[in-house]
Amino acid sequence: MLFFLETVISGLMAGVMYSLVALGFVLIFKASGIFNFAQGVFALFAGLALYDFISEDGWFYDLFGFALPVWLGIIATMGVMVIVAWLVERLVLRHLVNQEPIILFMSTIGLAYFLEGVGDILFGSDVKPLDIGLPQGASDYLLDNYNLYVEKLEVVAAVVAAVLVIVLAIFFQKTRIGRALRAVADDHQAALSVGISLRTIWVIVWSVSGFVALVAGIMWGSKSGIQFSLSLIALKALPVLILGGFTSVPGAIIGGLIIGVGEKVAEVYAGPFVGGAIENWFAYMLALVFLLIRPQGLFGEKIIERV
Amino acid sequence: MFYREAGQFKTSYKADQAIFTITQDKFFVGAFLVIAFGVVPFFIDDYWANAILIHVLVYALAGLGLNILTGYCGQVSLGTGGFMAVGAYASYKLTTSFPEMNFIIVLLLSGGVTACVGMFFGLPSLRIKGFYLAVATLAAQFFLVWLFNKVGWFFNYSPTGMIVSPPREVFGFLITGPEASPAVRYLFCLSVVTVFALAAKNIVRGRIGRSWMAIRDMDIAAELIGIRPLEAKLSAFAVSSFYVGVAGALYFNVWLGSAEPTEAFDIFQSFFVLFIVIIGGLGSILGSFLGAAFMVLVPITLKTIMVDGMGFAVGAAKHVEVMLLGALIIFFLIVEPHGLARLWQILKEKLRRWPFPY
Repeated sequence: MLFFLETVISGLMAGVMYSLVALGFVLIFKASGIFNFAQGVFALFAGLALYDFISEDGWFYDLFGFALPVWLGIIATMGVMVIVAWLVERLVLRHLVNQEPIILFMSTIGLAYFLEGVGDILFGSDVKPLDIGLPQGASDYLLDNYNLYVEKLEVVAAVVAAVLVIVLAIFFQKTRIGRALRAVADDHQAALSVGISLRTIWVIVWSVSGFVALVAGIMWGSKSGIQFSLSLIALKALPVLILGGFTSVPGAIIGGLIIGVGEKVAEVYAGPFVGGAIENWFAYMLALVFLLIRPQGLFGEKIIERV
Repeated sequence: MFYREAGQFKTSYKADQAIFTITQDKFFVGAFLVIAFGVVPFFIDDYWANAILIHVLVYALAGLGLNILTGYCGQVSLGTGGFMAVGAYASYKLTTSFPEMNFIIVLLLSGGVTACVGMFFGLPSLRIKGFYLAVATLAAQFFLVWLFNKVGWFFNYSPTGMIVSPPREVFGFLITGPEASPAVRYLFCLSVVTVFALAAKNIVRGRIGRSWMAIRDMDIAAELIGIRPLEAKLSAFAVSSFYVGVAGALYFNVWLGSAEPTEAFDIFQSFFVLFIVIIGGLGSILGSFLGAAFMVLVPITLKTIMVDGMGFAVGAAKHVEVMLLGALIIFFLIVEPHGLARLWQILKEKLRRWPFPY
């Protein structure tokens, strides 16, 4: 029983990590209908930039002779992500308005290649341990009192994810920009006609998802170092999205939790019978079966089609 | 001046519906085939065959397959790598279990096996579409690769988990294994691809192809005019997977010679083929070839220029290559979202009036 509980908890925590990436997808998909494959690379890029700002072996240190403190580094990285978002809007999206979704999707894969190349050239491609002072190791309290093994970092990640969702929810519901974002998500043309600038909104929403990517990059980077494989977690976020629905923020979180738990439990209890390593595809199969029952995902808007 | 169809009158429906209606086109394609079949084999060496020509041909065939599904029927698939693996492993099992079997039959049968698997994974397309379907096909990708990696029967329990293509002959010529000559392998690939391209061109012009295109343009409307979505979508998955399976078999047997599932058939394989289709042009047979040539040649050219011409280190060149490839993809999508095939068409339009455009 204890072992089962541990499996579920570690699954939940892994799920939170997936959700962090999935969240960025949902934001962009809602606001612009673009399926942004580059979200994982965004996380990688943000992590690399942050590492460069705060460590002593990046070119920022070479250039100025000092490394930034962590909080300033995070702000500087956020600045970088805003610039990236602005460039993406300026150089890519603006020219692809009104194209078919698949063309936009492919352009984000191109973007992923490009950013990956840029990140490697600028910051080098070796694994970088990111340490911004987040607690590491097992939680002593739970281990002593309940004999449960839970990573502190994962607890932090869960808390951060919860805070992030609350902040995003407030941002979307209460602020002026948030209202504009929701209007754009609802109907592009109607939003344009009441005087909302699509271009500004796109820059904002890509910046916000850059921010989410930064958080994801910090969490994944603290967990397993910043490395190329970080960009592959984008693939793991896809079944999460399907499960939760492409357009739902709570869906991304709950989908992530379901996938995380399902994956871990299946790996531990069903894996040994079929040779193990089923983690790689179990999430997709789960999503596939789920889609057959509910094509729009758990919380997605019902798909209505007219001829 | 030269490319002008003035004075070429068609007097029968047959002439009107030919694949190449303009005499100049016939000459051009004919000359191209004569050079490809008659001249290139005499000058081909190992590098050209392996790095460029067979490479392009195999991916052109895979691109054709995906183009049938995505370009003609509108179903986005990210499982191409997995389906190529099915073709490769089917051909491996067939040719090692029945060494006497003619290799062409092995190819066709492995295509057939892939078609069945493709139809199975195409079943969700009846209920879901668009990106939801794309992610659903990822299930095929990851599951199939895992299956070939884990179940020993597929790779004949070889201790390394790799499959190695045994030497096989077609019409007395060795086409697989390390002993096969580059010219023979090239000719074999070229013949297969030519036949399949011709078949594809005719399928998509016929009744099935038209029903696919109707489904692509709007599936509900297509259903209303009497096209069965079940039939159309599953047949698209079957034909597409057949092509991809044959491409996978060629990829493994003729081009690579040995393969290991997690590397040779990974998700990037799927993206690569999808890029071929999109860059080349969705819904165009010619586009698959142009796209394959582009996606194969551009990285090689970039690498040659940077490493040999400008003296970059190989590692750094790799990063720049990835970056430039991404930039080029975005550039092409912006310049011409309908792909290289469309550029070719525009060029031909221009050529008709050249050099006196008024």
